[in-house]
Amino acid sequence: MSSALPAWAQSGTSGLAAPMATVSGADIALSIGHVMIGVDGREGHAVGINGTVPGPIIRLTEGQKVRLAVTNTLKEESSIHWHGLILPFQMDGVPGVSFPGIKPGETFPYEFPVRQSGTYWYHSHSGMQEAMGMYGAIVIDPAQADPVAYDREHVLVLSDWSFLHPHMILRKLKQQSGYFNMQRQTLAGLLAGKDQSAAERRMWAEMRMDPTDILDVTGSTYQYLVNAHDSSANWTGLFTPGERVRLRIINAAAMTNFNVRIPGLPMTVVAADGQNVQPVETDEFQIGIAETYDVIVQPPTDQAYGLIAESIDRSGQVRATLAPRLGMIAPIPNIRERPLLTMKDMGMGRMDMSGGSGMAGMAGDDADGVDHAAMGHDMSAMDHGSMNMRDPSVAPQVKLGPGVATLSPMPTDRTGERPTGFENVDHRVLTYRDLKSLAPNPDGRPPSREIDIHLTGNMERFMWSFDGEKFNENTDPIPFRHMERVRVNLINDTMMPHPIHLHGHFFEVVTGNPGHHPLKHTVNVLPGGKVSFDLTADGVGDWAFHCHMLLHMMAGMFRVVTVRHEEEAA
Amino acid sequence: MRAILLASAATLLALPGAVAAQSMVGMDHGAHAPSPTPAAPGDDHTDHAEAPATALPEDTAKHTGHGSEEGDASEMDHSGHTMSMEDMPPGDGEIGTAPAPAPPEDHAADAIFDPAEMARAREALRRENGAFTGSMVLFDLAEYRVRDGGDGYRWEGEAWFGGDIDRLLIKTEGEGTFGEPIDDLEVQALYSRAISPFWNAHIGLRHDIVPNPSRTYAVLGVEGMAPYWLHVTGQLFLSDKGDFRARIEGSYDERITQRLIFQPRAEFNLSAQDMPAIGIGSGLSDFELGARLRYEIRKEFAPYVGIEWSRKTGDTARYARLAGEDPGAVDFVIGVRFWF
Repeated sequence: MSSALPAWAQSGTSGLAAPMATVSGADIALSIGHVMIGVDGREGHAVGINGTVPGPIIRLTEGQKVRLAVTNTLKEESSIHWHGLILPFQMDGVPGVSFPGIKPGETFPYEFPVRQSGTYWYHSHSGMQEAMGMYGAIVIDPAQADPVAYDREHVLVLSDWSFLHPHMILRKLKQQSGYFNMQRQTLAGLLAGKDQSAAERRMWAEMRMDPTDILDVTGSTYQYLVNAHDSSANWTGLFTPGERVRLRIINAAAMTNFNVRIPGLPMTVVAADGQNVQPVETDEFQIGIAETYDVIVQPPTDQAYGLIAESIDRSGQVRATLAPRLGMIAPIPNIRERPLLTMKDMGMGRMDMSGGSGMAGMAGDDADGVDHAAMGHDMSAMDHGSMNMRDPSVAPQVKLGPGVATLSPMPTDRTGERPTGFENVDHRVLTYRDLKSLAPNPDGRPPSREIDIHLTGNMERFMWSFDGEKFNENTDPIPFRHMERVRVNLINDTMMPHPIHLHGHFFEVVTGNPGHHPLKHTVNVLPGGKVSFDLTADGVGDWAFHCHMLLHMMAGMFRVVTVRHEEEAA
Repeated sequence: MRAILLASAATLLALPGAVAAQSMVGMDHGAHAPSPTPAAPGDDHTDHAEAPATALPEDTAKHTGHGSEEGDASEMDHSGHTMSMEDMPPGDGEIGTAPAPAPPEDHAADAIFDPAEMARAREALRRENGAFTGSMVLFDLAEYRVRDGGDGYRWEGEAWFGGDIDRLLIKTEGEGTFGEPIDDLEVQALYSRAISPFWNAHIGLRHDIVPNPSRTYAVLGVEGMAPYWLHVTGQLFLSDKGDFRARIEGSYDERITQRLIFQPRAEFNLSAQDMPAIGIGSGLSDFELGARLRYEIRKEFAPYVGIEWSRKTGDTARYARLAGEDPGAVDFVIGVRFWF
């Protein structure tokens, strides 16, 4: 099991302060290569860095310069993308956008100044290598005193692992999109009074929508891992009771958003996507793929605490442990009931019927966030019981083809809402609206323009796209002027969450805390919802912009964003 | 009859359009009480309440300059996105209407790396992100048939090769009685194209090796998922002898448990004319109604049992009787559904 683990990820680590195999300094050598890893008692073929999965922690200091010489020992092209780092575009590591890629046997010297601090990560941007273990953590210490006080720190890299090759996973999804879903609604369930009522099931079936289609790839094939440990391997981070322990939590999964909690131990979120936020205490948070959260926990007593990360469809979970000594374990809670999607996840705004709430509130209540104009018809049409789920007038820019099954008729801002599955959880759950940046937002200008980008797809055909066009069909870049301030509205026309990542920039997620919007590099757009962010386009060059569900990206949900000086663009 | 078939052809071809625009019917508004925003229990929202009330002074101060920037309205159609209070939290600055910049013609990385290398990498990236090609072979039916007067066999399968939209589709079906020459052996080679989210149209050739004399037909059809997850195929056939025929098939998967699935299915064959050489009469020539219960050991491999009632009708039944065959049969079937 431990053969491919770096020292810091070994169970029983006393934390990053102890001597361990991180790489740091101004000159760092990384080697990409084939490794075997052990999961669930089996050996699997993986792609590692410096012989391990996850790769070594890269520990840097704000203000330093770093040179990372990356050697590819694989038989195929590879690359490393430094996720969340602000750097020159040609160092961003996306083959075909920022550079040509690293051919087998070659070494590519990445070189850039370190302009930030916080928790980030790195991963392959070539083929399916990221899904095969090619990821690692980046920890950057601030040049000045850290506003976050802590006595000890641990890095927790969450990931998903399947013994099915990711290419085979994609193939299965194209052949039968529900292939990995083993939590569907059944007749047996109906007879037992579970899940939706017969009437609701009929309505969803008429629309050819499945309320259990929450993740494409599930625990039916995935093992969920913390620092490459499954639950039985029980990765354990040590603490001394009373200490403030900083957990740097990174979602490096290929296709899994996680719910993270430590039963019995509240967490204080101090940073999101590496950027400091005003401390906010919570009991659980959902972490989209590629997001990072830093939390402070202060375990008061001499006992073990389980850190539980469950896939958001609750098809599986992984337990890690925080304990004063190695060998202690906390109980693993039973996995909670599988959630169901609701009308709201179809982009029907407040018309959520499954929770027993309803429509009547819409009638004369414009302030309720219901935009009647966007519905493409008036209320009398609705009274007749029909609502168009593919009305072109709500999204004129979307190319309506077989790859676009639905358009959200009334997408709403869901940043203040609990994500899927938390509707009835009786403890605190973090929402984006709870995140307020610690420092005031640097650019107070209002946006000079705004653009809409629709997140589109067809679950049945496993086709995913922006504005109805897969990247292979439309490689035109989305243009920005240098230093231009633009509001970008991401509108999710699908029933899946999409963690959308813009390379080379931080954007301010518009959450109703003006001046203190959280800075993020990746934002998870809830099903049928919309997220607005304000971007100061300060990174000249071409950048990747994509859904970080790896197979959504590879199915076409990818674009190039370009930032140019005005005179160049003419 | 020919006219009726043509009319049904038109209906068939209109089907995808009709069902493509998904509608949601049956929302009974009266039954639902008004409900406030589902405020999460235990969630501390007190700090939110105070934030939106005050606008940032510097935001409002900076608006004035933006009125002069003329927007290109055609570029940005916001008719569908009227901002409501919830969409845009108060306190945000006003958003201008500046036009988008013209997209550059070049690629930034070409200035730093070998442009030829970059062009190769760009093409690889383009293909990698969306240009899927694949294949699937599916035998929906592969079964042993228990029937009075002689057990037999039957298969119905298809294979596709291609991408998300355009595919080569091969279909085959056949049946027979053990110890006798095969009764039916049909192969179709079709070009299939996705025409809407849930429907594919196809065009191509069908060749019946058996019955004798063999016939070749031009095929026009649609296949897809109708509302309520009904899998429907409709095909029109025009033979090299000028004969006009049609077929409609439908099936539905009722999931009893995650692995146990009950599948009713139906098939109707129609003909515009008598085709005595192959024992087909005009009108509805035959139909099958079946029900199968399968257990998905894996999704790719599911043994099943079932019953099927098949019946030849009208003149087709008369031809069968003349040939000494029973025009109707009830079969017990056992088989396996598999794909890869």
